[in-house]
Amino acid sequence: MYKIVSKTELVPKIKLFEVEAPDIAAKSHPGQFLIVIHGEKGERIPLTICGYDTKKGTVSFAFHEVGKTTKDLGKLEQGQEIDNITGPLGNPSEIKKFGKVLCVGGSVMIAPLLLQSKAMKEAGNHVTTVLGARSEPFIMLEDEAKKYSDQVYVATDDGSKGYKGLDFLKELLTKEKFDRCVVMGPVILMKDVSEITKPYNIPTMVTLTPIMIDGMGMCGVCRVTVEGKMLFGCVDGAEFDGHQVDFDELILRQRTMLPEERLSSVLADMHGGCKCGRNKA
Amino acid sequence: MAETKPKPKLNKKAVEMAKQDPKVRAKNFSEVALGYTEAEAQEEANRCLQCPNPLCRQGCPVEVPIPQFIKCIKEKKYAEGIQVIKTKNALPAVCGRVCPQESQCQAKCVIGRMGEPVSIGRLERFLADWERDNGYQLPPKEASTGKKVAVIGAGPAGLTVAADLVKLGHEITMFEALHIGGGVLSYGIPEFRLPKAVVNNEVNYVQKLGVDLRLGNLIGRIHTIPELMKEGGYDAVFIGSGAGLPQFTDCPGENLGGIYSANEFLIRVNLMKAFQFPEYDTPIRIGKHVVVIGGGNVAMDCARSSMRLGSSVCLLYRRSRDELPARHEEIENAEEEGLVCKFLAAPVEFYGDSKGWVKAMKCIAMELTEPDARGRRGVKVVPGSEFVMDVDTVIIAIGQTPNPIIQRTTDGLQNDPRHGTICVNEVGKTSLDGVYAGGDVATGAATVISAMGAGKRAAKAMHEYLTNKK
Ligand SMILES: Cc1cc2nc3c(=O)[nH]c(=O)nc-3n(C[C@H](O)[C@H](O)[C@H](O)COP(=O)(O)OP(=O)(O)OC[C@H]3O[C@@H](n4cnc5c(N)ncnc54)[C@H](O)[C@@H]3O)c2cc1C
Ligand SMILES: Cc1cc2nc3c(=O)[nH]c(=O)nc-3n(C[C@H](O)[C@H](O)[C@H](O)COP(=O)(O)OP(=O)(O)OC[C@H]3O[C@@H](n4cnc5c(N)ncnc54)[C@H](O)[C@@H]3O)c2cc1C
Ligand code: SF4
Ligand code: FES
Repeated sequence: MYKIVSKTELVPKIKLFEVEAPDIAAKSHPGQFLIVIHGEKGERIPLTICGYDTKKGTVSFAFHEVGKTTKDLGKLEQGQEIDNITGPLGNPSEIKKFGKVLCVGGSVMIAPLLLQSKAMKEAGNHVTTVLGARSEPFIMLEDEAKKYSDQVYVATDDGSKGYKGLDFLKELLTKEKFDRCVVMGPVILMKDVSEITKPYNIPTMVTLTPIMIDGMGMCGVCRVTVEGKMLFGCVDGAEFDGHQVDFDELILRQRTMLPEERLSSVLADMHGGCKCGRNKA
Repeated sequence: MAETKPKPKLNKKAVEMAKQDPKVRAKNFSEVALGYTEAEAQEEANRCLQCPNPLCRQGCPVEVPIPQFIKCIKEKKYAEGIQVIKTKNALPAVCGRVCPQESQCQAKCVIGRMGEPVSIGRLERFLADWERDNGYQLPPKEASTGKKVAVIGAGPAGLTVAADLVKLGHEITMFEALHIGGGVLSYGIPEFRLPKAVVNNEVNYVQKLGVDLRLGNLIGRIHTIPELMKEGGYDAVFIGSGAGLPQFTDCPGENLGGIYSANEFLIRVNLMKAFQFPEYDTPIRIGKHVVVIGGGNVAMDCARSSMRLGSSVCLLYRRSRDELPARHEEIENAEEEGLVCKFLAAPVEFYGDSKGWVKAMKCIAMELTEPDARGRRGVKVVPGSEFVMDVDTVIIAIGQTPNPIIQRTTDGLQNDPRHGTICVNEVGKTSLDGVYAGGDVATGAATVISAMGAGKRAAKAMHEYLTNKK
């Protein structure tokens, strides 16, 4: 049992939980993730660690309410307990002094990205952070980003705040020289940024989010193709070289359970997420 | 069709165990074999000759005192009978269901020379189920020794070590990576062969003995073995982490949608109960034409689960029927339920549709080669024999190897790089002082009872080690 010590709504539908998990907190590093499972009939979902406090014995993660499980989680309140959290899983990101680092985060993944910005800053890097989202109301943690970054840029798909789209990055890259780029966000964002940085030969690390079940190398559902080789997202990653990833395959593989996920989500909305024998309806 | 004739001196035929009708059971996940009634158990127990020098016991990897427990059944002393078994085997409800008795104890039974051997497994299951219905009796526990042991993995090997050592007074913490204990018994073997209620009971029993089970603890990440022994204050460690890493075929197109490893498929269906989606949250997407690649018990379990989810299933095996490694009984059951087998064929390539879902696969015919010095026949491809099959789901069941996470995070732990197994001596000791291992992680994928046997031997050696340690 893992007690929720605080719950924050960052922007509509994106929540941040800080939970009591001293053993996990003691071992967590930027880039690692957790598998969260709640309810006897619940599924196991991976969520990236976006903070840990070894003194308080807590870890934090942010999640976007996109389907059944994340909506159910969103209904839990401070003081309530989550049944099981497994972690930390995956390999820690490489954090060291590279020089100038560009950190790009999209949507909910801005939260864990800032942990990278912070660690990169503490390692002595010059840090530029880019926050991206669909539109203005979904840009989050801007003040937080400023704390850990030497410069912060904002971009939205519709241009309602900051730059419109990612084109400004190309300009930025011609003006400034970066030694490393870290991207966390929707697969399409990671793909686009990797394509933008490639001509400049900036090593670009992406945190892949294939479907996962166990998160420790048992099932292979998370397999991704990197440099033409089959690797497991959970144990070989989750961070990979963005210039070597087959993103199109990943996008197709993420969609393999889409009809089932939709059904689950609709049923959850209809029944308010309770398990009142809705399958018998 | 229980035998109804008055009991002859020696009945050559064993008492059949009732099974669900194949047509009915092929559509549900309830247990196939229904177990003996008390009368049937009596009748079968009476076939045992109570040999003074019982051969059956030699065939049992953990040396269960077989004639003694059968005698208890004859005398209707069921509570005593189950304790007799439990002196050697902590998981009789499981073993009674999934042990390959036909190649172990029952293969040695003297009656087998004249007719069918005594159905030892069914009698073992009868007693275990009797105990479940009538309440457990906890065995006595020795006084605390003050020694702490970490057991990694709550599969058959780990459960055995934990149960044996806790009874001897050691303090046991069992770390299990998944959110449910039982190992393959929970995530691999399907409900219709081994109901999860049975497995939960066995895991609960070990907890009731006083073992502290910590779920969701992946050793290698949350703690490493060196940390457990230094900061954690554990005097000894047992590694029973199994063989859970799936193998793939390396054929092009393997990452298409609809292609599952056996582990993914079984974890979804068994552990996460996808067969009850959407009541349970984890889905499984399965088409009408499933091909299962492989020929072992794992392949049979995938095939039989697929049929229960409404698909027609073809098993693709690269050798011939005679080499199928699955238990004979499982093959028979699967064929009764509608399985079609295609022998001497192997996959070459998978083709997908525009959405990235598998729609066809290219295969190639194989032929057996002459037996080698060890008598094992190899296979080779028949050139030019490629053919294409339409499929919408493929399950790859060609084997598992140990997960490397522990080996990678434990300096000095010797392992066999070819098989990924941890090297141990005959009692399960590894290259590190105080660290033991057993079960599939040491042998590669094997059986429940061999994992338990390894657990027994390791527990004995660990007890000696702990007793001699200051
Ligand atoms: C290593 C890793 C780290 C992740 N970190 C975070 C995180 O920090 N915060 C967060 O909100 N989400 C994160 N995700 C994604 C998150 O796991 C999924 O959003 C979640 O499983 C959705 O569950 P659900 O039942 O609510 O929705 P579902 O019904 O399962 O899915 C709803 C929608 O989300 C999409 N989806 C499902 N699984 C994924 C996935 N793995 N990646 C992307 N989209 C998916 C589906 O295509 C569907 O459109 C991470 C995924 C991985 C693999
Ligand atoms: C589908 C299938 C069907 C089978 N059918 C039969 C059958 O009919 N009869 C038979 O005798 N045998 C059968 N077997 C084989 C048998 O189940 C195994 O040989 C046996 O379970 C091995 O036991 P174990 O304790 O060594 O490992 P496992 O049962 O694999 O248990 C290992 C446990 O360790 C956990 N673990 C792994 N790594 C870590 C870590 N780093 N930290 C913490 N925990 C960890 C795993 O999650 C798992 O729970 C079958 C196997 C499969 C897959
Ligand atoms: S060998 Fe057969 S007959 Fe003899 S004791 Fe064992 S089960 Fe009974
Ligand atoms: S999530 Fe199962 S192997 Fe990666």
